[in-house]
Amino acid sequence: MAQRTDTQALPAARPRRKWSPRARRDTISGVLFALPWIIGLLVFWIYPILASFYYSFNDFNAIQNPKWVGLDNYTNLFKDPEFLISAYNTFYFAILSIPLAIITAFALALLLNMKFRGRFIYRTVYFLPTLVPSVALSLVWIYLFNPATGVVNLPFDWLGIQGPCWNACATWSRPTMVLLALWLVGGQVVLYLAGLQDVPQELYDAAAVDGANIFQKFRSVTLPMMTPVIFFHLITSVIGAFQFFDIPYIMTGGTGQPSNTLLFYSIYMYKNAFAYFKMGYASAMAWLLFLTILVITLAIFRSARHWVYYGGVDLT
Amino acid sequence: MAIEIPRKSSRSIGARKAKDGVRELIIHILLIPAALVFLLPFLWMLSTSLKPDAQLYSYPPVWIPNPLQWENYPKSVAFVPFFIYLKNTLIIALTSMVGVVASSSMAAYSLARIHWPGRHILFLLTIATLMLPFQVTLIPVFLVFKNLGWVGDFRPLIIPQFFGYAYYIFLLRQFFSSIPMELSEAAYIDGASEWTIFWSIILPLAKPALATVAVFQFIRSWTDYLNPLIYLNDQKLYTLQLGLQQYSSQYGREWGLLMAAAVLITLPPIIIFFLTQRTFVQGVTLTGIKG
Repeated sequence: MAQRTDTQALPAARPRRKWSPRARRDTISGVLFALPWIIGLLVFWIYPILASFYYSFNDFNAIQNPKWVGLDNYTNLFKDPEFLISAYNTFYFAILSIPLAIITAFALALLLNMKFRGRFIYRTVYFLPTLVPSVALSLVWIYLFNPATGVVNLPFDWLGIQGPCWNACATWSRPTMVLLALWLVGGQVVLYLAGLQDVPQELYDAAAVDGANIFQKFRSVTLPMMTPVIFFHLITSVIGAFQFFDIPYIMTGGTGQPSNTLLFYSIYMYKNAFAYFKMGYASAMAWLLFLTILVITLAIFRSARHWVYYGGVDLT
Repeated sequence: MAIEIPRKSSRSIGARKAKDGVRELIIHILLIPAALVFLLPFLWMLSTSLKPDAQLYSYPPVWIPNPLQWENYPKSVAFVPFFIYLKNTLIIALTSMVGVVASSSMAAYSLARIHWPGRHILFLLTIATLMLPFQVTLIPVFLVFKNLGWVGDFRPLIIPQFFGYAYYIFLLRQFFSSIPMELSEAAYIDGASEWTIFWSIILPLAKPALATVAVFQFIRSWTDYLNPLIYLNDQKLYTLQLGLQQYSSQYGREWGLLMAAAVLITLPPIIIFFLTQRTFVQGVTLTGIKG
């Protein structure tokens, strides 16, 4: 009969015996090897998560001690028109840019997955913008999308119609940002392409034997086999969209103009924290965002069983 | 007779080739406009960086500047204190690279190749940090560095990298797991310590994965904007990204010089990508799908 001989917390159901020298050695070296990361987790992740939760209930300017204000920061957020517009802008961006990115990346990957010469060059071309520093990219875009002299208005001129005013006016600024974000879809194209190359040829062969045409093959082989990649892309891009900062910040010089239409959530939070030193208020924004992302992510995870096909692959 | 067989089949091959040719043509017709759109920022950046001032605002725009104003480059490098910013950026990027590769590979080794009770929980926590929006940790981490008196210098940008980064730990763990366990077991029986196994057996085998992490981190530091924005306030310590952005808000109409500087800061990540393309793409896909 095995007996508890030590105080280590191991699963209680398993029969216990004294730690072998090997197990002891493994535990010590396991912890030692991971030690820098364990410290990093504690200092840069776990403590900050708890601290920002605490700050979110305080009036705190980073100089004086935090002063407890209960839920005031949260209730004030919903009375703050700038907060509301920043939340609206961010949702607008997420809802439009995520599906567009999925469709674009998937479509480009489908084309690139066909066997033809030069596909490798296209893949590289689509991937390149993701490597451009956001400062460089933002500056080029400001110049390209200048309503008066920008190159992107050339095709409109050829057609003899007035081009849009792009990021310079409130009616077009939000859609412009959605369009610009599509430039960074190259990383996802690479992912979809890798996913497509993993689809077993037998499935297409079997579909061909059954007399399926190209659309039926797409509908019943490619699409289901790609749902895990779409799922992954969806989860990561929800998180990504709510963190969108560099490009709108640089393009608007940190103002979020025109008419606050490019004031994204993270820009407004940054302003509160580092321009107005309202650390408690900004922390409340951070936590509200965290909870929102958590709810959306969980909803996507729960929906996964209805539409994500795992083909018997154990994902755990 | 011997010639007839190839001839017979060459006709069907020819027909198939023609069909393939049409198919390829259609694919190219679809892909080329997309490629041009993706290349537009690069072409425009390059073209503008070589323009004389008079052609900066001409409409319809000039694509190939005449004459090519190569002086924009030396002028831009002098105007933006480019080499000071470059030095700052390299100090941060290279030290971060060393720190993150060392700490992440150790953590990944622990997770992938040592059987100890806490590793499953540690792995879950590692993945969880990837799902966390940066906003949640931003303020307390800033305050920690502020209390340490480190705000204003490079330490907040470098030191955290010596404590690992979840994305790389995940990538390296996947790679380490694919190395047969028998290698470690054999060395263990021969009396090798865990550190010897890690240092002399696993790391040499993992060179491609380590190189991927090093490259990713270099580009991550190189292109980082938010952290320098928060932590650096002395112009002499600015990184290239921050310096260029600051410069553009002061001299927003000097497009020729601005774009020359933009080309210069864009080139290194792109050159690195072309040099390491295979490992790079593998890295993107390894962390992306293979769970």
